Amino acid sequence: MKKSSPKKDPVVHLPEFVTGSALSFPILKILKEDGTLYKDAVLPLIDREKALKIYDTFLFLRIFDERMLAAQRQGRISFFMTSTGEEATHVGSAAALQDDDMVMAQYREPGPLYFRGFTTANFMNQLFSNEQDLGKGRQMPVHYGSKKLNYMTISSPLATQIPQSVGYAYAQKIEGSQSCTLCFFGEGAASEGDFHAAMNMATLFEVPLIFFCRNNHYAISTPSEQQFAADGIAPRGVGYGMKTIRIDGNDVLAVMKATEEARKLAVEKNEPILIEAMTYRLGAHSTSDDPSGYRSRKEENRWKKSDPVLRMKKWLLAQEWWSEKEDQEAMDTKREEVRNEMQKAEKIPVSELSSLVTDVYDKPPWHLQEQLAELEQHIRRYPKEYPKSSWRFKND
Amino acid sequence: MTEMNLLQAINSALDIAMASDEKVLCFGEDVGGFGGVFRATSNLQKKYGKNRCFNTPLTEQGIIGFANGLAAQGQSPVAEIQFADYIFPAFDQIVNETAKFRYRSGNQFNVAGLTIRTPYGGGISGGHYHSQSPEAYFAHTPGLKIVVPRNPYQAKGLLLSSIRDQNPVIFFEPKRLYRASIGDVPETDYELPLGEAEIVSVGSDITVIAWGAQMEIVEKAGAMAGEERISCEIIDLRSILPWDVQTVENSVKKTGRLLINHEAPKTGGFAGEIAATIQERCFLYLESPICRVAGLDTPYPLALEKEYTPDVFKTFEAIKAAMNY
Ligand SMILES: Cc1ncc(C[n+]2csc(CCOP(=O)(O)OP(=O)(O)O)c2C)c(N)n1
Ligand SMILES: [Mg+2]
Repeated sequence: MKKSSPKKDPVVHLPEFVTGSALSFPILKILKEDGTLYKDAVLPLIDREKALKIYDTFLFLRIFDERMLAAQRQGRISFFMTSTGEEATHVGSAAALQDDDMVMAQYREPGPLYFRGFTTANFMNQLFSNEQDLGKGRQMPVHYGSKKLNYMTISSPLATQIPQSVGYAYAQKIEGSQSCTLCFFGEGAASEGDFHAAMNMATLFEVPLIFFCRNNHYAISTPSEQQFAADGIAPRGVGYGMKTIRIDGNDVLAVMKATEEARKLAVEKNEPILIEAMTYRLGAHSTSDDPSGYRSRKEENRWKKSDPVLRMKKWLLAQEWWSEKEDQEAMDTKREEVRNEMQKAEKIPVSELSSLVTDVYDKPPWHLQEQLAELEQHIRRYPKEYPKSSWRFKND
Repeated sequence: MTEMNLLQAINSALDIAMASDEKVLCFGEDVGGFGGVFRATSNLQKKYGKNRCFNTPLTEQGIIGFANGLAAQGQSPVAEIQFADYIFPAFDQIVNETAKFRYRSGNQFNVAGLTIRTPYGGGISGGHYHSQSPEAYFAHTPGLKIVVPRNPYQAKGLLLSSIRDQNPVIFFEPKRLYRASIGDVPETDYELPLGEAEIVSVGSDITVIAWGAQMEIVEKAGAMAGEERISCEIIDLRSILPWDVQTVENSVKKTGRLLINHEAPKTGGFAGEIAATIQERCFLYLESPICRVAGLDTPYPLALEKEYTPDVFKTFEAIKAAMNY
């Protein structure tokens, strides 16, 4: 554990309060909205190939968000959440990690999955809750997860992944894995007790962990001014003794740079880091939400101007790493792919009946076996009432 | 009388409670200006101001701890937990604090004014984190009252009683019925008694008990049984804690059979408590084993929600099985 170096606090004889706003945080920006770089800015490790891989993920996510929102409106899927406007936070950070670094996300961070090779079919199977979903169709749409891609399955109860990420990183450290964990959460979720417990444990236990807060200014309808009175999330990191950085979350190069440096500190020095990325949720909270009830169009339009995808595209075009023609072609291909994979996933049946009782334990105990047998008998009596499962019994 | 859905009935109850007692405060995640994600607290902030209806930060343990403090000072907080599935960060505040405040201080302090409202239950494609029915966890906690309404009329009267009751109450709202259940509701102030079940239809062959959204299910199953000349006495338990043993006992002594339906998993569900108590009191009257139709002992599924739930057909079959025992 930490060796506490005896720090000498100055002594005073009149009461002096340190104000709650004593700390101020610079904000890291590298890429301007017009696609040029700030003068003194230093690029993260990025070459054409990596840049195009990031941008490819951006394009996928944009089209994916647009198509799946429409699919939800048409009643083809039950629910959806977009990450439109926040792509740079989750794709940029994934691009600065190694593939064996663990990602523990909240729900609005599908980027690392696609970046690491989660296929369009993988996404669709989850969204349609079919039997090819890696989670066996048990969770609501957007609760992805992939053991293979080191992306922990999403859990709806907020902030639960934050202390878990400390434990995961601790295990990585004691195994000498030379990898780290990156934990995403929203500025709203950071109000949960789990967040505070995690921050304290992380510095105390000196774990290779990056806390990545997406401060998108809203938690459903609650604006961040009603979430906390302090200057964002960053001061909390310092309060727990953690190196902390605030960045422009719509600037993919700033996200990469900060994550790159954080990763070094985490893996080489076992220093946990807090990154607060300032961004904006351009879409609704979810398909169950309508933001017109709590914020203005004007505000939304202001943020549209700092669109992370457009910003990166301008940078790529300016360096001639990319062209409008390629852009159009890539979008068309992605649209086609999303459409095809959606049609395929829609036709795949849901998991068979026994999936109700598997994975509750390593093996279904007697009572679950009994309940399954009873249920099967019941469904055979009323096959029409349970069409999703009864069709499988037809021929036996 | 006005036609209202269950949400409007709840909103009307909150409105009346706030108008009639300035110590009533409503708060929770997204509850303030927006009126809650389901809109149960619509317009309350406009009417009663930001001091009395407001957003909290996103912290359930904070919400209930804060509510406990308000109630200890003498206010009547009505705290909303956005989904019953998210009540667990507040479990410690509820189980160790809310429930024991009065007892541990020799009634020098209590949180009598506290009411916790929370939507519960499935049938909305919500998977395991937007569908749970956690009433049994709280039923194991002396000091709490637990109430579950089945329709708009019941919701308004029971909520007003819950807010005014001199004990902390957890009020579980069947979210599947929020907009689906519509009925005539008085615009005026009225209360329905806590701790009293209601016989919804009188019958002679079997007693069928449920609460909340499952009432609709057992009533339909009762109608199907009726077509086969089985007469069901259907009871809405309404209060889970304390529960109305007398009404149930009287009914079972008359019918000789008992079926309990709940959406929560069978093992450790509240049906087990009812069954044990009734067999103690009605052993010699029983003509068939007391039967439970409940959720499977698994997390609440998504794709196979229909298969999981204790639906009309499972209930109907269980009624017949009890009759043919
Ligand atoms: C413990 C818990 N409480 C409440 C909710 C309901 N809920 C889901 S998302 C959300 C807002 C989260 O906001 P934030 O963390 O800022 O993330 P964002 O949606 O802005 O990406 C709420 C209140 C939940 N899922 N879990
Ligand atoms: Mg947010």
